Amino acid sequence: MAEAKVITIKSDLDIVAARMVARDTARALGFGAIDQARIATAISELARNIYLYAGEGSVTVRETSNGVRRGIEVICEDQGPGIADINLVMQDGYTSSKGMGMGLPGAKRLMDEFEIFSKVGVGTKVTCRKWTR
Amino acid sequence: MEVIRIPILKIENFLVASIQTALHDVQAMEFKDNLLQQIYETKAKGVVLDLTAIDVLDSFVGRLINDISQMSNLMGAKVVITGLQPAVAITLVELGLELPQVLTALNLEKGIAALRRATGHAVYGRG
Repeated sequence: MAEAKVITIKSDLDIVAARMVARDTARALGFGAIDQARIATAISELARNIYLYAGEGSVTVRETSNGVRRGIEVICEDQGPGIADINLVMQDGYTSSKGMGMGLPGAKRLMDEFEIFSKVGVGTKVTCRKWTR
Repeated sequence: MEVIRIPILKIENFLVASIQTALHDVQAMEFKDNLLQQIYETKAKGVVLDLTAIDVLDSFVGRLINDISQMSNLMGAKVVITGLQPAVAITLVELGLELPQVLTALNLEKGIAALRRATGHAVYGRG
């Protein structure tokens, strides 16, 4: 398996970099054009959340396998303010006062697996995966 | 940081801008300001925003396009977006992003035709 790629998110340019790495990895794994767009878009949303709400964090992209299929795993982590009510932010139509970038339910829909852990004052970690067909 | 300007061309009473690169945020905001200024200066009646080359459109850029359209409407210019790739259209819908302010057309030619119709209605008030 290829090595994991880590993108540090510190500016809006890094959001573009993260989604390009995600897309290149997805393409190399054999995902079709539409799945590549789904993955790149989901990672764009998650990286943007890091930039908007935590200011700084990281996106790790790597190949994974569930024993049957190959897939892509993306971990988005920050040590930002954390999310008080995860159920609330996972609701469609919810927007924070910043009013943009909160594409969590959308990112979840675009990926196959999606886990989010967050603790106020500690940070947020989102792990998501998509499997090749 | 280098900001590449997106060229804005004039044809008839309309402006045409084709976005050819993955926009980062600063670039996208600059583009919005430039476009609105150009609408003002050229008294354009409509804008075609061609997205043929865009392969990822996230909620930030989606909202920005919606905002540009709403702001242009306030200034009296219609916005039509053209050339959305299938993967982009699919992803936008699955992401849950709606663009209620935006007219769409398949390609540049149909976009210009849509603007002619839309602005014709606005000027003469008949179908």
